[in-house]
Amino acid sequence: MIKRKKRNKAHNPFYDPTLKKRHASAKRFKKFTLTSLIFSIAFLAFFLFDMIGKGLPAFNITYVKVDVTFSEKTLEDTRFAVPTSYRNLVSRAALRDLPKLLEKNPTYMNSTQNLWILASSQVDQYVKNHNHNLKDKDIETVNELYAEGLIKKKFNAIFFTNGDSKIPEYAGIFSAVIGSILTLTITMLVAFPIGVMTAIYLEEFAGDNKFTRLIEININNLAAIPSILFGLLGLAIFINLFGMPRSSPLVGGLTLALMTLPIIIVSSRAALRAVPDSIRQAGYGLGLNKIQVTRDHVLPLAFPGIMTGSIIGLAQAMGETAPLIIIGMIAFIPDAPTMVTQAATVIPAQLFTWASMPEGMYIEKTAAGILVLLSILISLNAVAIYLRKKFEVKW
Amino acid sequence: MLSSLQSEKKRRELNEKLIKSALILAAVISILTTFGILFSILFEAIEFFKLRSFWYFLTGTTWSPGVANSQFGALPIFAGTFVITIIALLVAIPIGLGSAIYMSEYASPKLRDYLKPILEVLAGIPTVVYGFFAAITVAPLVVKVASFFGLEATFNSALASGIVMGIMIIPLISSLSDDVIRAVPDSQRKAAFGLGMTHGETIKNIVIPSAMPGIISASLLALSRALGETMIVVMAAGLRPNLSWNPLEDMTTVTVTIVNSLVGDFEFNSPETLSAFALGLVLFVVTLILNMISLSLIRKFKEKYKVNTL
Repeated sequence: MIKRKKRNKAHNPFYDPTLKKRHASAKRFKKFTLTSLIFSIAFLAFFLFDMIGKGLPAFNITYVKVDVTFSEKTLEDTRFAVPTSYRNLVSRAALRDLPKLLEKNPTYMNSTQNLWILASSQVDQYVKNHNHNLKDKDIETVNELYAEGLIKKKFNAIFFTNGDSKIPEYAGIFSAVIGSILTLTITMLVAFPIGVMTAIYLEEFAGDNKFTRLIEININNLAAIPSILFGLLGLAIFINLFGMPRSSPLVGGLTLALMTLPIIIVSSRAALRAVPDSIRQAGYGLGLNKIQVTRDHVLPLAFPGIMTGSIIGLAQAMGETAPLIIIGMIAFIPDAPTMVTQAATVIPAQLFTWASMPEGMYIEKTAAGILVLLSILISLNAVAIYLRKKFEVKW
Repeated sequence: MLSSLQSEKKRRELNEKLIKSALILAAVISILTTFGILFSILFEAIEFFKLRSFWYFLTGTTWSPGVANSQFGALPIFAGTFVITIIALLVAIPIGLGSAIYMSEYASPKLRDYLKPILEVLAGIPTVVYGFFAAITVAPLVVKVASFFGLEATFNSALASGIVMGIMIIPLISSLSDDVIRAVPDSQRKAAFGLGMTHGETIKNIVIPSAMPGIISASLLALSRALGETMIVVMAAGLRPNLSWNPLEDMTTVTVTIVNSLVGDFEFNSPETLSAFALGLVLFVVTLILNMISLSLIRKFKEKYKVNTL
């Protein structure tokens, strides 16, 4: 049997003795491509897992139940409001806020209350089994309190309501969120109209001439210029030449707008191009002029596509940091800005600042901030996909 | 009646002209931005070269800002940028191209519809997040792995930031290559199958060479992205200009140096601050050339295969 098969092969003029090897090589090649794909997806999974693992603990924060004495003396120097052995365990910042607490509860004056007070970051890190530098004596106290149930973790609302702070347990992302909103508002107010108008010009009005091609090449190049160079532009032109205030959402927003412009132009053009010519011709047939056709017929049909592109552009601007560092948006900002000309910071810049802090708690907060930033970005992209699906027209 | 119609027509024409010029004005802003970047950087860079020698900047090996008799020889900075970029491309090109080949040649259209957006998530992650990840997770990992092999790595090694940067640009390569590979006409594949080639051989000998201009274009875009990438290297690479080929040592890059010169407390007209613009000029020129080559390659590919979806 075996012998015959061999002879058959030998007599077969199409038999290729290297075939087995060739098939094996084809299989290896397929495996290599699959492996590289799996590697990229595995990396994404590892990254998300790592960030969630590092960030989740920050959404809880430790509180200690202590006797707080309210009197003239303790309000003057709030460190004396708690017993000496607790002094290293409670947050200095929380004690500083005692007068505010008294305002809310005037009956506390000249009495001692047993209250849940924010623990210091060291205690928090110790309770979470992270690196800490508590003294042995304090560790003993913490262990005792823990056994008695006088230490507990609560939801970290401070993280969402406070601005940046030099005291780790009091640092939050609120002012960065407001800064981001102000900055991105400027970005969209500038980039959206200019981008859409450019797209309309290129798609509907411009002929195929040198000027058009120059603009097209320019837009392609603009999309590929490193973001840090936009920061240099912002610094040299908006701040040094026009004298706009440094670190302000105004300058940041304008700088990001120039970066976002190509994304909006390219996607708006694609949306305009998708509107079939029959729509335009029907308009002309009724005696409308070019502007009326564009404004009343083409633009409304292209609008969902334009929105989708703009949201994606917004999401990209939201994650951008490098140009904002150059124009100084990494300042220490504890209070939320109220005007676009005030110094502000944005979420990614806040994360950058925290990431360079030595205390362990800032690492946790950076990761938590990353989770917040990523969830905003994912929601924005989800909205974009939803819009695209909902208004998708099959012509 | 007629005259009112005529004036109505005139009014309309005027209106049309106004709107059209507003649209042109908007389009011109993109050109102004590019020139704005070029000139704002160029003028400050010229200020710098008035203070310091241009040739020493390009060829000098000592970068020592902030000291008396400071020197600005950018060669170690270029070298560091080069090493980190090469590491990034060594990670991104094989993985990105492999993923693209699997998605376009082997995966079913349905699977591809799921895979592509997943890969594109990698491109949507903000660079500051990658930087944090590189500094907090990957750099200590590199140190551990290196010490396992008896090597010594620093916590700011070029390897850590290079790897993470490479992962960041995987989707850039995979997405563009995927489009290009799919644009190669099917008749070419069928001809290869008809000659008795295996699928693997068809891809290696026919499809990839045909798609080469697009793949090179994607790689050049990736290269220019890696050169200009800032946050990953600012957070994970070193600050020390280091003329070395060992990726386990810390190195600094053009973008890191730009950031450092501008966040310091130097006067705006000091050579320390102005040096950022000189480095920015180099970055601008290099990335502009890379983008131009990349764009013209992809245009040629489009003309050759008459595709208009790229």
